[in-house]
Amino acid sequence: MSANPEFQGYLRQDGRKGIRNTILVAYLVECAHHVAREIVYPFRKDGAHLIGFGGCYPNQYAFDMMSRLCCHPNVGGVLLISLGCESFNRYSLAKRVKASGRPIETLVIQERGGTLSTIEKGRAWLRQTLAALEETTKLAPMTVNELIVGAICGGSDATSGITANPAIGRCFDLLVAHDASAIFEEGGELIGCERIMAERAVTPELANEILSTMEKTARYYTIMGHGSFAAGNADGGLTTIEEKSMGAYAKSGSSPIRGLLKPGDAPPRGGLYLMDVVPDGEARFGFPNINDTAEIAELIACGAHLTLFSTGRGSVVGSAISPVIKVCANPETYRRMAGDMDVDAGRILEGKATLDEVGQEIFEQTLAVARGAPTKSESLGHQEFVLTYKTFEPIGPACLPL
Amino acid sequence: MLAEQNEFLLQISEQDNVYVLMRALPKGARLPLGEHTIVCETSLGLGHKIAARAIAAGEKIIKYGAPIGSALRDIHLGEHVHLHNIKSDYIPTYTLDEERSYVSQS
Repeated sequence: MSANPEFQGYLRQDGRKGIRNTILVAYLVECAHHVAREIVYPFRKDGAHLIGFGGCYPNQYAFDMMSRLCCHPNVGGVLLISLGCESFNRYSLAKRVKASGRPIETLVIQERGGTLSTIEKGRAWLRQTLAALEETTKLAPMTVNELIVGAICGGSDATSGITANPAIGRCFDLLVAHDASAIFEEGGELIGCERIMAERAVTPELANEILSTMEKTARYYTIMGHGSFAAGNADGGLTTIEEKSMGAYAKSGSSPIRGLLKPGDAPPRGGLYLMDVVPDGEARFGFPNINDTAEIAELIACGAHLTLFSTGRGSVVGSAISPVIKVCANPETYRRMAGDMDVDAGRILEGKATLDEVGQEIFEQTLAVARGAPTKSESLGHQEFVLTYKTFEPIGPACLPL
Repeated sequence: MLAEQNEFLLQISEQDNVYVLMRALPKGARLPLGEHTIVCETSLGLGHKIAARAIAAGEKIIKYGAPIGSALRDIHLGEHVHLHNIKSDYIPTYTLDEERSYVSQS
């Protein structure tokens, strides 16, 4: 492969580098959501991003997700908004963020005189921190092999598996050839692909882990009584979860599968990784991921600097923590929603471009976004965020062969 | 991978027993398919599938060279292959079709 292209990254204390320098404002229970949103609103296009966890009961997964997101390489500082009586461990989270060298402040609404004064104090902190951020953050040269890139599909139709997903697969092959890390997610959308996927594992032990993960997935969704298949998928020509899966699977490309991650696990080195999003143990708390946004948050928690999002029906979601690049599979959708789409992969169906050409274009877009170019969803201010309850066992050594 | 048949139809893998429509077709559209001509019984959207050969009830539907479900009944050459004549071998598919046809009729 050619020499690694270089760009400027934001250097964090742990040695990781980011491509954005976002300040997170995080509410720690739904009761603090409004105050946190009001604090962010005037700064939403200036690098502030709202995240949060709605639940009042503690949950290790939710804590770990929040902690990974707050210490993500694209994040430059954190403001925690607590009501005061929720169970979320704000002390532990603040301690971790502080130890990571980032500016951190916690505002407790019950101790700060209520809604208006907390909003006022939060905005003052945010204004000051944003202004100082570019000066206080160190820059360092960054190469493509330091990038972690996620891939997801949402609003799929029958074109997704023919154009956008295999084109993302080509881009993934290019990224892996440059020794970058590429993560594809596994909602229930790889059901039916288990054997062909296991054959690509770098060790037989990893192949077994993939097979047992897929058994867990099929079992879990069967208990839920509903596959990862929305009504619009069928309108777009898809019929069964297996058909949707085969199309989704194409975005993994053709590299060997180097490891199996769970949400929040960072890839230890370059290569292709599968992310298992289905909770362990008995089925609790409902659907593994209630929508695409929950899955994007999990890819970000694994350290993804940006996410490639394939869509046929036309999804509009995004994130300013790790920008989302929309690859539109369907030429009719592209014409209807060009303002939301970064790449027109439907050209493949119209005979105007090949899979390799679109794969190369996605790769170049990835580098441009890493250099700072905003994606469409980023420019439009999309900052959807969802975090729900889950339970995971830690991954075993077979999941990450040396 | 894209073993293109003609400007309308795509066979993704050689083992597939379905073609994918490369463009939307109106009801009554005529499609050349080898020595046959298929007449579309309904309008068909981009990305939908038609049978590349006769498929018997219970037979696997093959797309991407992999099974994507089973035929619920005999499907004739060129017939629309969709939820009315195939089913998942894993988890039943959910749609809003019944409710939608009720709304569009009333």
